[in-house]
Amino acid sequence: MEIIIVKDLVMRFGSFTANDRLTFSVAKGEIFGFLGANGAGKTTTMKVLCGLLKPTSGSVVVAGYDVALHPEKVKRNIGYMSQKFSLNDDLTVTENILVYGTIYGLGRAEIGKRTDAMLERLELTQVRKRLVKTLSLGWKQKLAFSVATLHRPSIVFLDEPTSGVDPVTRRRFWELIYEAAENDITVFVTTHYMDEAEYCDRVSIMNRGQIIALDTPQRLKQAHGVESINELFVRMVR
Amino acid sequence: MTLVRKEFLQIFRNRIMLPLLFVVPTVMLLILVNAATMEMRDRKVLICDNDLSPTSRRICGAISASTFFDAGRVAFSAHEAIASIEKGESDVALIIHKGLENDLMSQQPAAVQLIVNAVNSQQAQLSYAYMTQLINRAVGDILLENAAPAPQESIRTSVSFWYNPTLNYRFFMLPGILTILITVIGTVLSAMNVVREKETGTIEQINVTPVGKFAFIASKLLPFWLIGLVELALGLALGRLFYNVPMEGSITLIFGMSATYLTGLLGLGLFVSTFAQTMQQATFINFFFLLICILMSGIFTSTDNMPAWGKALNTINPVYYFIDIMRCIMLKGATFVDLTPQFRAICIFAAASVSLSVLNYRKRN
Repeated sequence: MEIIIVKDLVMRFGSFTANDRLTFSVAKGEIFGFLGANGAGKTTTMKVLCGLLKPTSGSVVVAGYDVALHPEKVKRNIGYMSQKFSLNDDLTVTENILVYGTIYGLGRAEIGKRTDAMLERLELTQVRKRLVKTLSLGWKQKLAFSVATLHRPSIVFLDEPTSGVDPVTRRRFWELIYEAAENDITVFVTTHYMDEAEYCDRVSIMNRGQIIALDTPQRLKQAHGVESINELFVRMVR
Repeated sequence: MTLVRKEFLQIFRNRIMLPLLFVVPTVMLLILVNAATMEMRDRKVLICDNDLSPTSRRICGAISASTFFDAGRVAFSAHEAIASIEKGESDVALIIHKGLENDLMSQQPAAVQLIVNAVNSQQAQLSYAYMTQLINRAVGDILLENAAPAPQESIRTSVSFWYNPTLNYRFFMLPGILTILITVIGTVLSAMNVVREKETGTIEQINVTPVGKFAFIASKLLPFWLIGLVELALGLALGRLFYNVPMEGSITLIFGMSATYLTGLLGLGLFVSTFAQTMQQATFINFFFLLICILMSGIFTSTDNMPAWGKALNTINPVYYFIDIMRCIMLKGATFVDLTPQFRAICIFAAASVSLSVLNYRKRN
């Protein structure tokens, strides 16, 4: 089943075309890697998919709703973690969870239950009363991801979720992503780390507003006769 | 409700915000109300009495008896008097020419010369007016005692100052300073709050959630609305405690009016925050608007003296209406009926600014 269907998406800012007739779809439960050089238009696409930007033309259906017509219905069914870390720095871990849980209409008891379970899993229980700004970046990222999936959305959008942390922390973060995928949450992720791209079910590579490659990492490598996605990326985007 | 709680938590955790909210108003009220005074007191008067007659002595006596004037200086020539004004040693110089008494008694037109330092024109005019009044009185009394008809002053005006009988300048300033306080808090803080979320990026996170536009806006405005009213209460209490400012009207009416006015201010702040991208921009925009609105509002200067275009401009100045409301309620004991036009004005202001900001606020960016 396709949970994201994008057809001829065009996004223009004045005379600049950020997304030029994109067409792709993502299946339910898939981990979809959305690669591209800086400025290729990834973040723009993601914002359109999340209902933050209204597309110039084309049709975008996310979780069964047209983004242009029902952005609020789309928002109910997605989670989003931006590259700019965006939990409230001056609130504690549990306060942040409470705020977002309430926004998604979860009851207080339910939020409490999910918070306990989540903090247990993330091993963050001992810092639950600490202000978020005192946490390390790796912890903040894990927390942000868990908050984004707290309401069990059908899709979670991750915009460079692991930028700026060490390989071990990144590996741990990806364990969370796999966990989410096992729970039937579709993961749509952008990244600049090509080793992470290898973990995805399928990847697309974007360049100058267009998708220039889209398939499983395995088949892409075979088709282009390269050893790694890294090599492929460098070859295609240059 | 959780969102409102979140805002409160963030406001009270902010180390700069909290003192800003409660210490600054206190200091402002204690310092500004006293310092921003135009009360005239102890104007330095120099008297150059060339007549040295009982009449001239009488005039000098009347002047030194007045609390407005400090008549310690003496000069022996007009020349000396002018020099003293130029050096800034005295503000007013009264020069009595030789022969004043003679002229008066022989019913000739009599004259004295008054030189006033008019760098501050308002004080100069007041000095002139008081001085003239004092001299005329003294002369009138002398003429009366000598059974001569008092020539100039045929009608005596008796003045009583209503609503502020002791002409206490603080009574006039306190409502004004309170207005500024509420205005600044309402606009600046609400604008800053939203823009801060833009800067930290949390607004984007909020925008991808299904949170309703109205719930979000309400959660941003409600805390500052409450804080504004608490500040008002604090200000009124301080005014009572330190200055004994009267409260002729109803407290409920003041709070009702302020609640409406605050709604408008918060809407304005939010409106600014919809197009400002950084706190710096928001500060400048607010600064610009508030400065004009406050200086035009009649807090220091009477709006009656403004040119016609200034008065016309003031019809869209919310601060102008609110200062009027505050002064009328506190000093005159105005009731709701008296203030209907002003109330209507701030209602329009509130409705306009809130709807503008709601319309302009987009969850898309």
